[in-house]
Amino acid sequence: MNMNKKMYVARSPRIAARMLGEEMLVMSGQGSTLFTLNPTATILWQAADGATPLDEIVERRICSEFEVQPEEAMRDAEALAEDLAKHGILVISEQPIAKPGLPVQEQPQP
Amino acid sequence: MPGLATQLERYSVVIAIGGVPVRVNTADADFLDLLQNRYAGFVSEEGPSEFDFDVELTAPAFANPDVDVSVSQRSGRWFMQRGDFRAEWEPATRRGIIHQTANPYSIDAVLRIVHTLVLAKQGGFLLHSASAIRNGKAFLFAGVSGAGKTTISRLAPADATLLTDEISYVRKQNDGYVAFGTPFTGELAKLGENASAPVAALYLLAQGHENHIDPVTAADAGRELLANMLFFAEDQEMVHWAFQAACDFVHRVPVYRLTFMPDARVWEMIG
Repeated sequence: MNMNKKMYVARSPRIAARMLGEEMLVMSGQGSTLFTLNPTATILWQAADGATPLDEIVERRICSEFEVQPEEAMRDAEALAEDLAKHGILVISEQPIAKPGLPVQEQPQP
Repeated sequence: MPGLATQLERYSVVIAIGGVPVRVNTADADFLDLLQNRYAGFVSEEGPSEFDFDVELTAPAFANPDVDVSVSQRSGRWFMQRGDFRAEWEPATRRGIIHQTANPYSIDAVLRIVHTLVLAKQGGFLLHSASAIRNGKAFLFAGVSGAGKTTISRLAPADATLLTDEISYVRKQNDGYVAFGTPFTGELAKLGENASAPVAALYLLAQGHENHIDPVTAADAGRELLANMLFFAEDQEMVHWAFQAACDFVHRVPVYRLTFMPDARVWEMIG
């Protein structure tokens, strides 16, 4: 990803996700593969609306949560986003992602 | 003067598992007997059915049960295949056809698949678990082969009603879940009772040197539930339903790890 360009991230519509206790579980419709997201990936997943640039997500959500330098956090977040995209969990683009689709359910039911 | 064609006689039996009656039609009286014996306690000759399947018996050379099962959906029709059977089922018309040899295992597999598909839409599932009713409540004991499903079933006290030692039938009902008996057997080779009760707990089985019950996190419960759910279709919608069903279940039903030794005293902790 070109550092001068924005990166946008969106939740893949092919993924079902639920927060169970403290952990975010996501399941791919292809291959029935189950993933457990770590806390950083969970924040990224929750904020991945397709409209907010990754650098804003990092600044507002990740730096404040983990007390990490913005440059370092951005590098890690880009690598994480690309890794999640490889698994079909996120969609990434240099343009805002219109109507990326929503997972079946993101939050636990009461 | 004899007729130009002979009307082939058809025989029917209704197999009701989990409260879902499935009529099976066959032209072979011996196969009908086989079904009635295989599903004793779950069959009737009359009554309404939700789905009808015609069974067309094929030559033994067709059978090869070692080939993996495959389930797919095209144009509103489900296609199920394994080395020993080919089947199609159209939910809209509620009809299906099974091509298999005269054996109980092929239709058993088809019934498990069909029930899995039916349950998934309703938030239910089939689970690799033993289950039993005690004091009006159902308890599930899940685990992979060798985890102790047959052992815990063998150790069940006289006041427990065994629903299955291998495959549990779990249906979502109102805010809870109900477990039904099934004829799907494991090593115990004993059909479950055709009974049902609200699910009070799911125990994840582990064998050990003493009996104890431990809490598990919701995420662990979800992961292990998904690992033990029967699931056949490589279909995105079905995967989503199964995932949501597992997550809903662990939110509503207590899940514990049950470590036990092969001793009937373990049942003092259950019920």
